[in-house]
Formats: sequence, structure tokens, C-alpha cells
Amino acid sequence: MSSVESTVFGRLTWDALPIAALIKNPGTNEIVANAAGAILVLGAAVVLFILSYFKLWGPLWRDWLTSTDHKKLGIMYIVFALVMLARGVLEGVVMRAQQAAGPGDGFLEAGHFAQLFSTHGTIMIFFVAVPFVVGFINFIMPLQIGARDVAFPVMNQISLGLTVSGGMMLMVSLVVGEFSTGGWTAYPPYTGAAFNPGVGPDYWIWAIVVSGVGTTLSGINFAVTIYKMRAPGMGFMRLPMFCWTVICSSILIIFAMPPLGVAALLLAADRYLDFHFFTNDLGGNMMNYANLFWLFGHPEVYLLVLPAYGIYSEVFATFSAKKLYGYVSLVIATMSIAVLSFTVWLHHFFTMGQSALINAVFGVATMLIAIPTGVKVYDWMATMYRGRIRLSVPMLYGIGFLILFVIGGLSGVILANPTIDFQVHNTLFLVAHFHNVLLPGVLFAMLAGVNYWFPKAFGFRLDERWGRISVALWVVGFLFTFMPLYFVGLMGMPRRSFSWEDPSFHPYMIVAVIGALIILLALLSVLVQLYVSIRDRARNLVPVGDPWDGRTLEWSISAPPPAYNYAVLPQVRDRDAFAEAKESGSAYLKPTGYDDIELPKNTSIGFLLCVLSGVWMFALVWWIWWLALGVTVLMLLIVIVWSFDTETEIVIPAAQIKQEHEAWLDLVARTPAVDRDDEAAPANLGYARPDMEGAT
Amino acid sequence: MRHSDHQTYPGINLGDIDPRHQQRVETAQFGFWVFIMSDLVYFGLMFAIYITMIDAQAGGPGPHELFDLRSLFAQTVLLLTSSMTVGLASLALKYHLGLGRVYLWLVATLLLGFGFLTLEIMDFMNMAAKGGVPQRSGFLSAFYGLVPLHGLHVATGCLWLVILMIQMQVVGVTDQIKSRLMRFGLFWHFLDLIWIGIFTIVYFGGLAYG
Repeated sequence: MSSVESTVFGRLTWDALPIAALIKNPGTNEIVANAAGAILVLGAAVVLFILSYFKLWGPLWRDWLTSTDHKKLGIMYIVFALVMLARGVLEGVVMRAQQAAGPGDGFLEAGHFAQLFSTHGTIMIFFVAVPFVVGFINFIMPLQIGARDVAFPVMNQISLGLTVSGGMMLMVSLVVGEFSTGGWTAYPPYTGAAFNPGVGPDYWIWAIVVSGVGTTLSGINFAVTIYKMRAPGMGFMRLPMFCWTVICSSILIIFAMPPLGVAALLLAADRYLDFHFFTNDLGGNMMNYANLFWLFGHPEVYLLVLPAYGIYSEVFATFSAKKLYGYVSLVIATMSIAVLSFTVWLHHFFTMGQSALINAVFGVATMLIAIPTGVKVYDWMATMYRGRIRLSVPMLYGIGFLILFVIGGLSGVILANPTIDFQVHNTLFLVAHFHNVLLPGVLFAMLAGVNYWFPKAFGFRLDERWGRISVALWVVGFLFTFMPLYFVGLMGMPRRSFSWEDPSFHPYMIVAVIGALIILLALLSVLVQLYVSIRDRARNLVPVGDPWDGRTLEWSISAPPPAYNYAVLPQVRDRDAFAEAKESGSAYLKPTGYDDIELPKNTSIGFLLCVLSGVWMFALVWWIWWLALGVTVLMLLIVIVWSFDTETEIVIPAAQIKQEHEAWLDLVARTPAVDRDDEAAPANLGYARPDMEGAT
Repeated sequence: MRHSDHQTYPGINLGDIDPRHQQRVETAQFGFWVFIMSDLVYFGLMFAIYITMIDAQAGGPGPHELFDLRSLFAQTVLLLTSSMTVGLASLALKYHLGLGRVYLWLVATLLLGFGFLTLEIMDFMNMAAKGGVPQRSGFLSAFYGLVPLHGLHVATGCLWLVILMIQMQVVGVTDQIKSRLMRFGLFWHFLDLIWIGIFTIVYFGGLAYG
């Protein structure tokens, strides 16, 4: 490569495209890699075609990409998470297929397999679980506390932009160059420049750093929103349980994301500038990386699972038609978990050379977390006890969670014992454990949340039959895929191995791949459910907005909610504010007066920063220095220019609010109320007949 | 001179504004405190890394060969003085002592910031001349991971201050700009605090234990 070329294109050459490897060296491995790239490119092309064909570019830009509405941002987060979920699941299936291909080397090359488990982990944690959770928080939390938006709507949009651009880097790495082979944790020195001079770890670093900044800003935003923007009367002990979990989760984000940023940036300094933080020579110390990474990594799992607990708390209470049992104990348990989550990080590397005493301390701290979690499980069961239970889709996910999560939690307690951990660390037992907590814990909660709040977001219910099929497939698929892994793990099968020899592993691998295919069907069933629901939406409309006889404020407004959420800010008098209002007959009353409402204006800054940060990362990965520098300056300029725009709000006149709100109140008055028996019937237009005996 | 009453945010004078805007300013200030808290975790971790790597000199130059206490003293004086001048600017704004004084103290802050950065860069160049470059050892990597990170914050602060002064001209000294000045002050004091950590832990600690 000439020096001019390398100045302009850095280290980017035609060989970076996977097609080059296919031409040079045709084989299954390259075909799989190219097929993955082709799916991505085709998928993108189809989306672009549909947008152009139906002339959707304008609405997409005006209503979504430039929107600062927390509800729309939340929905975009969740759509992004679902797209990434599809890729993550497909990768999981390919990995299971590779290991099921029998003793020997399977059909993939070792490096390709390593990329698969690295992207699978990175995607599932950072670009599925995080955006899913952040998306729900965005949509639900301001509604539940009776606010009109989050504290910093534009920053919220920027957060989304940075998260998406990080995810896009993983997509780009599929087509240009390769991704890291160092797992989602990217331990140096393996990921250092000496052992891994290629672009892989750089893709990982920048995707993590940029999306991490986005998540940190989200955490700040959510914490400030809850502290400062609750509706009048909404004291902390009246917050819906979901919002309590959001506070704890936000605190975890604020304190736990910086260690990840530090770890990744120091690794970048090692790789780009020849520093010696984690190298083998000249005083580098990789244990610093392990500590930094897990100082983030352990709180991370709780910042994901706490909001999931919050969703389950809402679901159990609503579909049992009872107030949540043990509210105060749940608050204390949530806070305890949040605090304890910072005291256990070392259990991720019991085997890496600490003294027995230190291991014992962290082992005990880890086991302690089972106590508040156990409190929660009992509280949820007690909530269901003698309730008016409907086994609707979210509830089915919840019950599946209760049973499966307890198993996953118990295997965690087993692993918390350092002596046992020494035996099973780095085996598939661990893989089985964390999938056992993350699938029933986080993913099922997200899907339950989708089924629960979808009618609020879009104004119609999701198809119940396909929802049930979906639950069955997820639960069965999960059991078939991950239960065998506990056993082969105990038999000593290492995780992340592309090749194995012991024939006694084989039956388990076959069962696991069948399970993976069932999970693939489960993913498809989610899409089918969505399609069927949109097709039949006329039969499932819930314009009044309260299809499940909900208890919290978000159900007290129309579905979908107006841009300003509340025509008049609600006055909160009790926990479960809307249930209390329905009981006391103060729901759906005509307000005495209306005021103008100020809402944040649309802005394109989030989208611009999304695109530019994507280019910036690409330039850094490929050493295109002029571009990286230029884009840095450009991003700075954009933020500076934006800060001069002081007219950031539009005013919605009181008259318009009055007209819209009273039209909806008229609709409520005309709508027949339905009983809980008709919850899934077309008659359910979202006006619930209160039948909660002793419910409040 | 008008003292702040219960309606105004402490430390800043927004005049008579309605409670909703008051609430908005309060939210922004609180959000910035939370951001600082998060930033503090970054610095805290870099301090921790530095402490673990004080001995990782790998035969390269250490604190005794590299640190120049006279320059450190000058840098400290400049930065701490700049914290005072930014405080004087806030007071001038709060007690309506005239925009001239506000600008005077802000420009003084900026110049002191530049002075600090100049000395710091000269320091780094002197260290490099003695072989103290980050590529030499883990200890020097940790030093250059932390001290220039603070310098980068100061440089960002200087850029912010320049933009704020332009905005005071272009947009006018509105409530919004005043609240930004307040946040700038917070940021600047925060950097002072970090610097106190740096000269005690990085420099004195390095000399004592390195």
C-alpha cells in the first residue's frame, strides 16, 4: 500500500470485505460469514426500499428521528433492541450448531467461532438488554410519575443516538473487517496490540465507549427525572415499584458505567499509543483490567435485572387485581441489591490469584444477594395469593420467571462458593447459569412488558393466542438449550470451545441445538404476533387506555397518550394512584381548567451525533486519522452551535388541550366498561369496570 | 445590592421568575451535580490505577527524576487562584456589581487557566526530555492517563468559558446563560478539587512511595 493510500484510507483495504476471503479460500466458514454479511446488507436494503416505496422518509424524519418525546425515544430503543436481538439469537443458533456438529472441529474456524461468542455476548448485553431496559424506562417512567417528559429531552435523544451508533459498529464489523475474538469481556493482554494487532478489539472498544457514554447520560437523566419531576403528591413511598427499580438502576448506571469506560479507554491507550496499563511487559498489570471491568460488570447485571423486577412487580399486581404485597420490603430489597451489587465483583475471577480470605469475603457477599432476591420472590407470590388472577401473556412470562429464575439464582449461589467455583469456572455450567438468570430474568420481563404496555403505546392489544404460543416456545426453548449445559458443564466441558472430543458430551449438544432452534421459532413467533396484531388491530382497540384495570398513573390517560402525556398534572393521594382514583370515583373527571403546556421542540442533533460518532468510530478503527480529527471538530461545532439555540420549546395552547382532552373524556363516557372476564375479548375498549374487592 | 430571597436558587440571581422556570434551573443544576459525581468516578479510578502502579517503573525514570516541584507549585497557585476569580465572577453576577466586573473576573479565570495549561505542557515536555514518556513504563502510563485527563478537562473548561462569554454577548445575560455560568463555576471548582488530589496523591504520594 502506498503512503498516499494509507494516509487517505488508513489500514482499510479491499481485503477487509468478507467476500475477499471467500474468493481466496472457499469453504463453509467463509460461506457462513458471507451469508451473515449478506443478510445484513439485504435487510438494510429492504428497509431502505420500503421506506422509499411507501414515501416514509418524511414522516420518519419528522415524527421519529428528530423527536424528543420520551415515548417515541423509548419505542425506538426497543425496536433497536429487537433488531439486535434477532442477530444475537441467530449467532446463538450458529454456535449451538457448531458444537452439535459432533466431536471434532465442526464447520466453523476457531477465529470465526470466537468472533461469534464475542459479538453474541457484546450484542446481548450492550445492544439488546441495555436498550430494551432503557427503552422501557423511557416510555414508562415519566408516565408513572406523572411527568410530561424526562428532565433533559435532548440529551435523551443524544443517548439513543450514541447507543445506536455503537450497535451499528457491530453491524459494520460484519461486513468490513472482523470483530474482536476476545469475548464480551475483552481481557488483555490477549486483546492488546501484541497478540491482536487487527481491527477486532478496536471495534469492541469504540462500540463500548460510545454506547457507554449514551447509557451514562440516560442514567443521569432518569435519576434527575425521578428526583425532580414527580407529580404533586407523589412522595417516594408512593412511587410505583417500577420507578423504584429505575432509581436504583440509574444510580448503578451513574457509578458503574465509568469503570467500563476507563477499562476500555485504557485498553485503547495500550493499543493505539503503546501505553502499558495491561501489557505483559514494562509494568503493565492486567488484573487492573479485570477489576475495572467487573466493577462495572457486576452492577451491570443488576442494572438490567432490577427494572425487570419492576416490570414483574407491575404485572403481578395488575393481573392479580391486588396491590403489591410487601411494598416497603420490596423497596428495601431493591436498594439492598443495588448496594450489594458493588461488593461482589471479585467473584468473576475467584481463580485469578487472590488469597482465600478475600475470595471467602466476596463469596459470602455474593450469597447475601440471594436474601433480598428471595424476599422479592415471596412478595410476588404473596401478591398472587387469593388474587383475581388472569393467566394473560405477561402473567405467564411472570410465572415462568418465578420458577426458572429461582433455579438460575440457586446455581448462582452454588457458584458463589469459591471452592465450587474453582471446579466449574470457565465451563458451560457458568454459561447455563447466566443464561438462566438473564433469559427468564431480563428477556422474559421485557417480553412481558411488551405485551403489557403495547396497548398503551399503540392503542391496541397484542394477539393473545400468538402471545401464548410465544411464551411456550421461549420457555421450552430455554429449557432445552440451557439445562443440558449445566450437565456438560459439570462434566467439564469448557465454555467458548469451538471443538471438543469427549463423545459423552454429544447427546447434550444435540438437545441444546434443538433448544436453540425452538428459541429461533420463539423469536419468529414474536414477529408473527406483531404481524397478526397489527393486521387485526381493529378488533383489539383500547382507545380509553386502561385495558388491564391498571393501578398506576400511565393507565389513566388515553392510548396512545398525547404528546404532553397529562392534560392536567395528576394530584397523587396514595400508592397505586389510579387504582385509588377509580375506587374513590375520581378517575376520568373533567378538570376545572387547563394551562398552556411547553414541550421540547424537535431537533436533529441526536441523529447528527449518531451518524458522526459512527463515522468517528470507523475512522479510529481503521486508523483514518484525518477523518477522525475532522469529525471530532465537526461534532464539537455542532454541539456549540446547538447551544446558541435558546428557543428550544413549543407551546401547546390550553384551548387545544381542552378540546383534545374533553373529546377523549366524551369517548370514555360513551364506552361500555368491561369486566375482567372479557379482558381478551374485542369488547375490551380499555375502560375497566372496577371489580377489585379490597384492592386498595 | 439585593440579597437572594427564598425564590432564587442559592448562589445565583435570576430575578423574579415564575416557579416553573425556577424548577427548571434547579433540575439542570442537580443534573450537573450528578454528572460531576459520575465524572468523579472516572478520576477516582484513575487515582486507584496510579496508586497500584506507583512501583511499576520497570527500570525507567521515577518520580524523583521527573517531578518538578517548583512548576507544580506555580501550577497550583494559578489553578487555585482561578477558582477564586470564578467565584468573584459569580458574586459579581449575583449582587449586580455590573457586567464589566463579571467579564473581568471571567477573563482572569481564562488567562489563569491558559497559564496553568502552558506550565503543565512544559512540564510534560521536560519529563519527556528526561525519558519520562508514557510508553516507558506502567507507572508513566498511569501518570499520563491521569494528569493530562485533568488537563483535558481544564482545556474543555476554557473552551466552554470562551463560548459562554460569546453567548453573553450574542444571547445576552439571560436566565439560561446565568444558569450555565453557575454550572461552569461548579465544573471549575470540581477541577480544583481534582487538582488537590493530583498534587497530594500523584506528586507527593509518588515522591514518598515511588
